[in-house]
Amino acid sequence: MGSVLGSRKFREIFFQALVLSIVAALLIAMVMNTRASLEAQSLTTGFGFLERSTGWDFSFSVLPYSISDSYSKTILIGFLNTLLLGFLGISLATIIGIAIGLIRTSKNTLFAMLGTVYVEIFRNVPLILQAIFWYSIVSHLPKPRQAYSIGDAVFLSGRGLYFPVFNIAIWSVAIMMLLVVAWLFFLPWLRERLNHSHSYHLIKRSGWLLLPVILLAIAYFARVPDTPLLNMPALKGLNFKGGMRMPPELSALVIAIALYGGAYIGEVVRAGLMSVPKGQIEAGFVNGLKPFHIFSRIRLPLAIRAVLPSLTNQYVQLMKATTIGIVIGFSDLFMIISTSINQSGQTLELLAILMIGFLIINLSIAFVMNTINKKIAIKGYEVKS
Amino acid sequence: MANTPTTLPPTIPLTHTIKQNLFSSPFNTLVTLLTAAFFITITYKFVDWAFISSIWSTEDEPLCKEATGACWSVIDARHRIIFFGLFPYEEHWRSTLACVVMIATIIASCVPWFWSTAKLSTLWLLGFCTFYILMHGGLFGLSVITPERWGGLALTIFIFAAVSIIGMPLSIVLALGRRSKLPVIARLFGLFIDFFRSLPLLTILFTAAVITPFLLPGWLQGDKLYRVIAGFAIFFACYQAENIRAGLQAIPPGQDEAGLTLGLSYMQRVTRIQLPQAFRNSLPAIVNQFVITFKETSIVTIVGFFEILASGSAAFGTGKWTVYYIEVYVFIAAIYFIFVFSLSRYGAYLERKLRVGHG
Repeated sequence: MGSVLGSRKFREIFFQALVLSIVAALLIAMVMNTRASLEAQSLTTGFGFLERSTGWDFSFSVLPYSISDSYSKTILIGFLNTLLLGFLGISLATIIGIAIGLIRTSKNTLFAMLGTVYVEIFRNVPLILQAIFWYSIVSHLPKPRQAYSIGDAVFLSGRGLYFPVFNIAIWSVAIMMLLVVAWLFFLPWLRERLNHSHSYHLIKRSGWLLLPVILLAIAYFARVPDTPLLNMPALKGLNFKGGMRMPPELSALVIAIALYGGAYIGEVVRAGLMSVPKGQIEAGFVNGLKPFHIFSRIRLPLAIRAVLPSLTNQYVQLMKATTIGIVIGFSDLFMIISTSINQSGQTLELLAILMIGFLIINLSIAFVMNTINKKIAIKGYEVKS
Repeated sequence: MANTPTTLPPTIPLTHTIKQNLFSSPFNTLVTLLTAAFFITITYKFVDWAFISSIWSTEDEPLCKEATGACWSVIDARHRIIFFGLFPYEEHWRSTLACVVMIATIIASCVPWFWSTAKLSTLWLLGFCTFYILMHGGLFGLSVITPERWGGLALTIFIFAAVSIIGMPLSIVLALGRRSKLPVIARLFGLFIDFFRSLPLLTILFTAAVITPFLLPGWLQGDKLYRVIAGFAIFFACYQAENIRAGLQAIPPGQDEAGLTLGLSYMQRVTRIQLPQAFRNSLPAIVNQFVITFKETSIVTIVGFFEILASGSAAFGTGKWTVYYIEVYVFIAAIYFIFVFSLSRYGAYLERKLRVGHG
């Protein structure tokens, strides 16, 4: 008996069971305490409140909404707003990042310094300060009457950015996007089946030609009846009517995330380009490739493979950073949830929804990037980033 | 330390390097000239705006409407609110001195002479206590000023220092816990770290500020500021723990096994063999985490604290100063820039130095 108690194995199991039960006890105590304090405020727990209408307004929505919408719909709108902001910000940040990465790896020291200065300025000032800065710049732009305009189609004023859109139903946009995604996934599958044969190239070429035609046809049939296909913004009285509006909050956040993220992604891209072994480039040079081909056929493909993991990381970070939108009143998931908590008092439930929302976003980014990473990996070749 | 090579490499004349680098082809020359023109224009415009055509003193504020440059009068008039927030006017010297002490502590901990557990913890405890006594008062005849009235730069520095001083030891515990040989412990710590890393910092600060009163019994709640600092410290520790874990993983297993053979206990192996090498391995990443944390202190403004970003917004919030928001934001950005840039340069310097050390 004594030998069993004294044995190392037993002590280890006992210790772990003890820790586990302490953690479980703490969690249970926390839940009990929460229930007690919620009951003291006569609030019922559970997700029933999601069907109640909210009764409060918020600043921006990608879908049509009203203040009598249910909590579930309002939260969904917040989620979509976060996705939109993240998508716009990250896309622009990636473009800026690639440009900065290329500039910084230029052989011309002076030109490379341009990239360095950019990175040091935008990376060393907090994102939230940059967001507030751009917001005050955008909202101090001239009134709609004195708006800056590009060809009387795009208008930039203190009310935000107005630009023309197609007068088509939302469901058709979803169908179009599905179609494009399906096509992009179909191509590699087909390539493997037909093994780069002549018929593959035929299908590929005709597909690329047909795709825009099909998309235009869908757009034509799905347009809102009795309206022109293109909805142009125009000045009516004190403000613009028609077109699509990108409010100052969203514009400022997109600018801030694009510039800030661009600095970080620029560093990732630079590291990727630098990680390509010199021998690879010299081999291309010896084989008589032109500098452009050395870049497009050797450096870039290898660099893309090297940066994907750190790029995934940056995307997740930027996605999380969108939550600071609340500071200038952009109604993203976080702002909607915190307003909901204030209004309904369903603290734990709403917090759980917030966490699940971010978990879904982060896992999706990681899943997509990892899939790409696996698809493009070169067997037996690994660049160290 | 470095071996002096017996034959020095041939020296390339500077003019040749410049020519190769900047004027190797007509296109390259064009790029150089355009970049130079861009730099000169931007620098000139900025210097003109900030220094030449700018207005400096409070009394000259009426001139700002005609001036093409910055109106620094707003800083001259309102710098006390930016730096000190709502701290009582006649006690501002305490806030200044506290900031100086803390900054000196941060600088001192960058000096390798201090890099031992005993020295670093003494330094930080001393620095932190001095800071706290100066700010809070109640000792040595200083009047008591409660944290609700702290603000501006001092609050930013206080949050940064408190998060570091709590988060750093916690991160070591988390990193070691995650690498524990006991599966339940390793899983639990892993779950804890990954959970906090998957959430935005703002959600954690918000939970700590607004929601913890529901979760914790009254006697455990404490002041809102301390709850937010605790949440921030946990978040910081989870990220820092992953940096330290990366450093621990890079140590060859033979090191630990050698310690085991010599009969060293777990604590001895951790403190004498594992941690010193782990810190050396991931020092740049660890410093980088401090850099990020300093920037992220600005997020506490959202949960209602009067740190330098919020006090800056208050500085141009009244009367005739409302139009000078750009000047104030540039001023605050410059303050952040000085801190963050110097810290990140220091990190880059360490990275270079350590790489040389590895040969």
